[in-house]
Formats: sequence, structure tokens, C-alpha cells
Amino acid sequence: MLLITCPYCGERPEIEFRGGGEAHLARPADPSQLDDAQWAAFLFYRTNPKGVHAERWLHTHGCQRWFNAVRDTVSDRILATYRSGEPRPAIEEGKP
Amino acid sequence: MNAPKRLQPFRLQGEHRQPFRLSQGGLIDRGTPLSFTFNGERFTGYAGDTLASALLANGRVFVGRSFKYHRPRGVLAHGSEEPNALVTLMGAGARSDPNTRATVVELHEGLRATSQNHWPSLAFDVGAVNDVLSPLLPAGFYYKTFMWPPSFWRKVYEPAIRAAAGLGRAPDGPDPDRYQQRHAHCDVLIAGGGPAGLAAALAASAAGARVILADEQPAWGGSLLHDAAATIDGQPAAAWIAATLGMLRARQVTLLSRATVFGLFGHNHAGILERVPAVPGRDLPRERLWQVRAKEIVVAAGAHERPLVFADNDRPGILLADSARAYAVRYGVAPGRRVVVATCGDAAYAVASALAAAGVGVAALVDTRPAAQCPDASALRKRGMEVLTGHTITGSEGRERVTALLVASLIGGKAGAVRRLECDAVAMHGGWTPAVHLHSQARGKLRFDDALDAFVPAADPPGLRSAGAARGVYALAEGLADGWQAGGAAAGGTGTKTFAAPASATSFVPVRVLPTDRDPARVRAFVDFQNDVTARDIGLALREGFESVEHVKRYTTTGMATDQGKTSNMNALGLIATQLGRPVPAVGTTTFRMPYTPVSFGALIGAHRGALFDPVRKTPSHEWAAARGAPFEDVGQWKRVLAFPQPGESLHAAVHRECLAARAAGGVFDASTLGKIEVVGTDAREFLNRMYINSFDKLAVGRCRYGLMLREDGYVMDDGIVACLAEDRFHVTTTTGGAPRVLMQMEDYLQTEWPDLQVRLTSVTEHYAVMAVQGPHARALVAPLIGGIDLADAAMPHMSVSTGRVADIPCRLFRVSFTGEAGYEINVPWGYGAALWALLVGRGAALGLIPYGTDAMHVLRAERGYIIVGQETDGTVAPDDVGLTGMIGKGKRDFVGKRSLGRPDLLAAGRKQLVGLLTEDPALVLEEGAQLVADPNQPVPMTMLGHVTSSYASATCGRSIALALAKDGRARLGATLHATTPTGFTPVKVVAPVFFDPEGKRVHG
Repeated sequence: MLLITCPYCGERPEIEFRGGGEAHLARPADPSQLDDAQWAAFLFYRTNPKGVHAERWLHTHGCQRWFNAVRDTVSDRILATYRSGEPRPAIEEGKP
Repeated sequence: MNAPKRLQPFRLQGEHRQPFRLSQGGLIDRGTPLSFTFNGERFTGYAGDTLASALLANGRVFVGRSFKYHRPRGVLAHGSEEPNALVTLMGAGARSDPNTRATVVELHEGLRATSQNHWPSLAFDVGAVNDVLSPLLPAGFYYKTFMWPPSFWRKVYEPAIRAAAGLGRAPDGPDPDRYQQRHAHCDVLIAGGGPAGLAAALAASAAGARVILADEQPAWGGSLLHDAAATIDGQPAAAWIAATLGMLRARQVTLLSRATVFGLFGHNHAGILERVPAVPGRDLPRERLWQVRAKEIVVAAGAHERPLVFADNDRPGILLADSARAYAVRYGVAPGRRVVVATCGDAAYAVASALAAAGVGVAALVDTRPAAQCPDASALRKRGMEVLTGHTITGSEGRERVTALLVASLIGGKAGAVRRLECDAVAMHGGWTPAVHLHSQARGKLRFDDALDAFVPAADPPGLRSAGAARGVYALAEGLADGWQAGGAAAGGTGTKTFAAPASATSFVPVRVLPTDRDPARVRAFVDFQNDVTARDIGLALREGFESVEHVKRYTTTGMATDQGKTSNMNALGLIATQLGRPVPAVGTTTFRMPYTPVSFGALIGAHRGALFDPVRKTPSHEWAAARGAPFEDVGQWKRVLAFPQPGESLHAAVHRECLAARAAGGVFDASTLGKIEVVGTDAREFLNRMYINSFDKLAVGRCRYGLMLREDGYVMDDGIVACLAEDRFHVTTTTGGAPRVLMQMEDYLQTEWPDLQVRLTSVTEHYAVMAVQGPHARALVAPLIGGIDLADAAMPHMSVSTGRVADIPCRLFRVSFTGEAGYEINVPWGYGAALWALLVGRGAALGLIPYGTDAMHVLRAERGYIIVGQETDGTVAPDDVGLTGMIGKGKRDFVGKRSLGRPDLLAAGRKQLVGLLTEDPALVLEEGAQLVADPNQPVPMTMLGHVTSSYASATCGRSIALALAKDGRARLGATLHATTPTGFTPVKVVAPVFFDPEGKRVHG
């Protein structure tokens, strides 16, 4: 079970959280301006990288707040957690 | 020592005297005899025995039959790696524990054990015919034989195979035992309390770290427990262990004995299973599951000894050499009176000496290596042992116990003349395999070490170190130093320490399979004892083209038994590599997964069973309904009342009566399970506009609207009522099951997409009890109770909301309907719900209003064609599919899911649409889920047009009604389709999905 640092509550076990998929995918301000392919790309296409990945987590059994985490999908190490709206920290592959 | 010419019979008449118990020695308490039974026969052992050592002391070597061939098997090992000696422990009542390894079961007074895998008895087993038939039962036999015809698999082959196979029998009653779960944190967790683990604990605790030390044995010391000659820094091993434990206790180290670290999970989360010995008079749990979060972990799990793979190497009495020593030294039990040691490595020489020193007769030592590679054996010869080097073992003799080992000198890699060595036990040594399981579970990579002929940790994963024999450091002094260094490093130090101990000889020259002179087709040289996999099976798999170790494993099942191949994996890998002519690292190894040893379901479940398995949510009317014997249904965690049958009334009749009464006079329904969310803030209206397809711009204070919510992909997610209580305050309802999902979607958008909106969301589901009063006389029932609200139609029309009091209880009063009748949903603080329910039901009786349950509610709403999200929708249904396009707010630029409604798939022709169905036979109620086709006589596979989503006997309509999703359904109104029934097809007429009050006048009163 992962140990996840909620930016609001601190270190908590994974069982308190719920994953929310890839982070930093802002909903388009006016979706009607997007063609079908662009909208499908926003809706369905995800990077699913092997390695460093920024993803959304919800502290559902805690403060109920969404935040973001940078996780290495190979080692499962969580390299950083930060609040929604904050920029993704500059973390390179393989460097914690 | 001279062995007797003829071996004595093992069964003594009358009292059992432990004929194989040595006259002295062992860490057993000879002052505390314990009586136990095995297959009903009474035996005696001593405190400190395991079931295995006590059985051996009594000469019971044959303790079970093998899994596939039902061959007689004896104890192979002395620890948790045991593949053969699986027994069922019987307890009082329903207590029985199958597949327990006799080598880890501590003997206690009154223990009752039975053997497994035989019928009718251990000595005479019908299934043993499999052994005679074994040439017909090679690897993959079941795959090849039971292929055709396919329809036979489920009905004929599988039940027969399952009846014949299986390990032990699951108990058939509930587990009477109690299991406990604990959580703990520490700086350093050390798995293994042998020399390396104890040294690691010394170093880590000296550095001030919080340490948990866990070992699966009841006693500390690991291999030191049966190494009588060992000394550490000049002290006998036992004294060093005692001094070490004293120091660890003084440093507050948590010492968990009988505790197996069975799994390592993400971020150093360790699972430990602790077996709790029973103490008379105390109500202790049987097992304790520890979940430990450790900053650092040291794996000091030791190594496993490998068997030698030779013909008939599985006879009872043939056991691992180090285990033979353990039985003699630790338990004071002679594994036999005339032992032959068979080896390909140095460690067996120390075993032979130790056995002889303990008073066990050792006749001979047979080494596969040529004399030049063997250690000096003059000391053994001086004790009277014959030492044969450069010999192979061509087979063994004996039925229920080995009586002779057949050996031959190796000439050019082939067996020469065969000699028969009479014996009653064989101690075999095939080398060592480090226990890298936990390292692998922590995703550590392995590398093959040629010198050790074993996989060892390549590099430590973050937060974990292996130490001692677990990473191939076998020698005692080096293992202690390695443990110390690892423990210190885990605590942040860099120190090292040297230990003085006698030299250990651990080298070996692996022999993948010992040459024999016999017909290779008939030789059974076992690699995996528990799953009955022979060297021949592995050869067959390779010849049939299975080369990947993962495929060979699955095809032969080698390493797939409950012992996870602890004694067999390296022998199997070596065999595969040799036969393929590749180096072992090119063959690779399989991945070890948790659990290291079997874990009972009871420990994993802990207290979460029975009433504590899952929380039960009860409505305010629950006790009232339960007292009247009403039947409940589970809706998620909620218990909801199906109906309120009167004495002697069937459920069906009750629903019929409730539906008719609700339309004629009215009914009272507990709708408290509805999800409720309060949406508050200056931007609340804008937020709801974005979340729902509807426009709320013109929703006045005091008015409600039916709201439909989509996911971003355009499919219906939930529905409910949106009520405007004030300009900045809305009361939103959701479906019973959808409440958490809806709140989560709302919070997600609010927090991550539109954090600029001034909105707060609060779940008030369990704040408000909801009593629905529906029907022509609803107002007559409610009006006298209401204070502060004008109920006149003009002031409070259909789809309105107001706050006031009901029976002097503060309330939010909704005039809404899910039945098609005029009515109210009265929201009161939850604690008043039961009182309000009783009041409404009691006063309603005089007006003809009845309490009704969810069954009637479903029928009433279906008569009016109201959908239930999750019943008429399934996550692939768009608003237009259920005829709700009209709800979409005109001129709304955007809302969640809007853009997706323009996706080509959702605009394409041929989508399934909501329709009503009427059967030709009004008494026939279709099955929900029944498929619809246009022509029942078309060839199979037929073209499916849709399916029935809801189907009921409607009392109001006097016939059956159904809702369905059908392809191009709205274009088929009036047409006839055919629906599947359990006995064939039945014609159904497609109609509009409204069966009663099509103009919807009744809601207005």
C-alpha cells in the first residue's frame, strides 16, 4: 500500500485516497470550438508513461480535496505531491 | 557405530515409547510430555516438539500421500518450506485447518491431526493407482486428454478431476476462532531472527532505531538452533543468543516470534502473520495480522536446502540433510537408526558428524563429486562411516519407509555397478538457495551467481536490504557481519563489526539429475514434491516446445504448489538450463509473489465478518418495518423495505394492494435513502448550470426542477431534483446509489476546473429523513400537520419547495412526485424521521393511505415512464436515448457532457431508444434483461435489437408493462417485436413508454 502525502493533511495510507488519472489536462474553456478529433483527444487520450507521471489524487476519506502527485510508475515512488492549480514540479526521470 | 543387522519393527505394542527419541539432547522439555493423536492413534511427544519431530520420534515417517500420484510421503524438511507433510489439524466443533505443515505445528496437549490425500486410509489408498498409471499421467496430461468434446469439460471432466484432486478439505462450518489485526510503525523491520537478523537488530537498535524483529519460529536463532558446534566470539551459540535477546529487550526492540513476514507491499508496507499459542483460560486470538510500515527493511530470511533429484527420491525417510541435523540436535530425534547421507556439497559432512555426535547411526556418506573435490572425510571414516565419492544414486527401495539406497560409482558420467546400502533414512544435500522471496516482492532484481549456483539480490530496492544467507552469505562469521552492517546501515550508520565463529563449509557442485541405470521412461525423480513434478515431466515440456520458464512452470505446475517451490525452484531451473544447453541466467527465474507462506483468510478478514463485514445503513422507518416483519432488500449498504405484507399476504399481493391504494387514496414511503447535497454560494446557480444539462437561470426561489447530469462523455450519470431555497442556496437530490459519485464529480469540477466559483458543497443525505406522501389524499394528510407553509396550488404547485414545520418539526417541504400522483416529500432532521413516519402512517390509515415499499414505488414510476438511472441507463445511454433531449437548457453554451452530445456516435442513426412494451398475453411479465429481436425465426446468431430494462405486473393497468431500450425504438411505435422468455420467444407491441395518465395531470392534484 502506497504512502501518500496529502498536501493538506500529510502522510496517509493509500486506502484513504482515490486515483483520478492523468493531471494537468485542463478542460477547454469552450469545448464547442473543438472538432471531434480534438475533443476525443481531450476526453480519451492519455499518456500512460512508463516512468515519471503526474496524476490526480482525491483524499476521499480525509479532507476530500483533489491534489496532484508525481509518481514513478515503474518503482511506484511518489516523487512529489502538490495542490491543484500549482505547476508540475520539475522532476526528471530517475531523479527523485 | 555399528548398525543392527536387521532393522527393528517400528510399531511397538501397547504404550508408545518414542522409539526414535534420542536418550539426551535437544531443546525439548522432557519433563513435559504431551499426548496427541495422528489418524486417531495416540502418541506422546514433548514440549518444544513440532508435530513433525514428535511423529518422527514415534517412528511415524509415512505421514501423507502425494498430490497427483498418491505416493507415500514423509517429512522432507524441518521448517516452513515443507512440501510433503501436510496434515489437517482437527479442533473442537467446526474447527479444522487443512494443509498445515507438520514441520511448523507446535505440539500441544491433545493435538489431533489427520493425514490427507487418501481414501479410504493412509495405508490403503485407492488413488495410489495413479502411481501405477504414472506413465499415462505425464505433464500436460489433463490438457491433452480432456480437450474434446468441449461441452464435456464443464459437466464431466472438471467435476471428476476436482473430486479426485485437491489438498485437504475445507471446513464446512463457520470458523469459531478469533483473529486480530494490528498496525505498527518502525524505523527498521528485520525479517528473520537467525544469526544475520539478530546481528542486524543489535546494530540497528544500538543506533537508536525503533526496531521490529520478526521470525517464523517459536525460538530465536534460526540455523544456530541446530548447530551444536557453533560458537560466536568464543561463546556457545545458545549463550550468544540469550545475551543478544537480553540486549534487544533492554533496547525496547519489538520481538515477534512465530511471526512470518509473508508479504512486502508498496512503500515498505509489510504484512506479518503471527501465530498466537493458546493459553488455557485466556481468550486469545488464534492469529494476529500485523501491518507494519517500516522506514527500512532488512531481509535476513536465510536459505533453503535443495533436495537431490534421483530416482525414487521421495520415499518416506528421505529428508534434507540439514533437517536431519535439526531433528537430531534441536529435537533429540533420530531421523533413522541407520542413516545414509547423500550429497553434492560440503555441508553434508558437518551434518554426518553432527548426527553421529548426537548418537544417530550413520552408515555411509555418498558424494557425487570425485574424491579430489571432496573435503577431508577421515574424521567420518574414523567414526565408522563408509565414504563413497564419485558415486551416483540410482534409486531407493522401501514402501512406507526407505529400506535401502541404491548407489553406483560414476564412470564417465554413467552409473556403474549398483550397490545396495541398507538404511532407514537418507539425509540428502543438493546445495543451498537463498530465500530471495521478500527481495523479489519488493521488486528487487536478481542476478545469477555462478559460484553459488543461485539467484541472489542484484541491487537493493529503495528502503530494503538483504543480509546473510538470504543473499548468499552462508558462512556464520560473514553472515553475522553482513547482518550487523545491514542493520546499522538501515538505521543510518556506516559501521562494521567482525565476529569470530568456526569456519563453515557450504560449497557444492550441483547435479541437476543424478544418472541412473534404469529405463528413463519409468524413472520418477521428483523435482517438485508437493505438485508431483518429476525431472521427466520437465524434459517432456521442453521437448514439446515449452522453453520459457514461465511456460514450463504452468505446463508442469512445478513451483506452483502452496510451498511456492522453496525446495524445488532452483532444481527445476537448473534442469531446464541443462536440457536446453543454456546458462541458468538465460533461462531466468519466475517472480515470487506474496504470501511467502500460506495465510489464513481469517487473519486477512480479521473482525470484518458477520455484522461487521460491511456497514449497514438503516432508514428511519427500519425498526417500525422490522417489527411488522416487512421484507428488506439491499440497495448498496442500505436496507430498504420491499413492501408491507399484511398477515398471510404474499409479497406479490402486497405490492398489488399498495399500488392500487396509492393511486386510489395515497401512500407513505420512506425515501430517506435519496442522496442530498446542499449547494451554497454566490455562484451556486452558475455552478449547477454547468453541472446539469438543464438551465437554472429562471428557476425561482421556492421552485424545483428535474435535473439530469451527464459525464463528460455525454452519457447519463445521475438525476434528481434541484430545488432553489434561496438565491445562493440549492437543495439537490441524487439517486440512492449515486450520491457519493455525484458529490465527487461536483467536487472535482469545482476544485480543479472552476476553483474561481464561490460554491460550497455539503452532503446532507444523512441529515434529512425524507417521507414521501403521495396520492389523491396526500394533501389531506399533510395539511393539518404543516405550519408556516401555504399549501394552496397557487402558492405551492407541483415542483415547488418551502420551509416550515410539520408536526412542529422544522422541515423542508417539497411538492414533487415519483409516482405520477400529487404529493409531497417532507424532509425533517434525521432523528425525527421515525416519529414522523409513525405519525403519517398512523394518521394516514383513516384517509386510506397505506405505507408502501420499493417494489410498489418501482411499479408506480414505471407506469408513468419515469426512468431509474442504472436501470433504464447503463453508462452508454445519452439523454436523447431516454427521450430527455427536451431537458437541455436552450441557449446554454456549455455544461459537462454537452460537447460529447455532438460526437458522431451519439448522433448516428440506430441508437437504442426508450420505449414501452406490451405483451400479447397481459398476464405474462417479461424478464428484465430479455433480448428483443424482429424475427424469432432468423438464423442464429440473431440480430439483437435491444433489451427489457424494467418489467412489472401493473395493478393499475390490469396487465403487465415493460420498459425497454430498442434500436430505433421511437420509429417502431406500434410495431411488433419478439422478446426472449425462458421457454422461447413471445411477441410484444412497441408503445410509448407511458402506461398511465399520459398527459400527466394527476401530479397537479
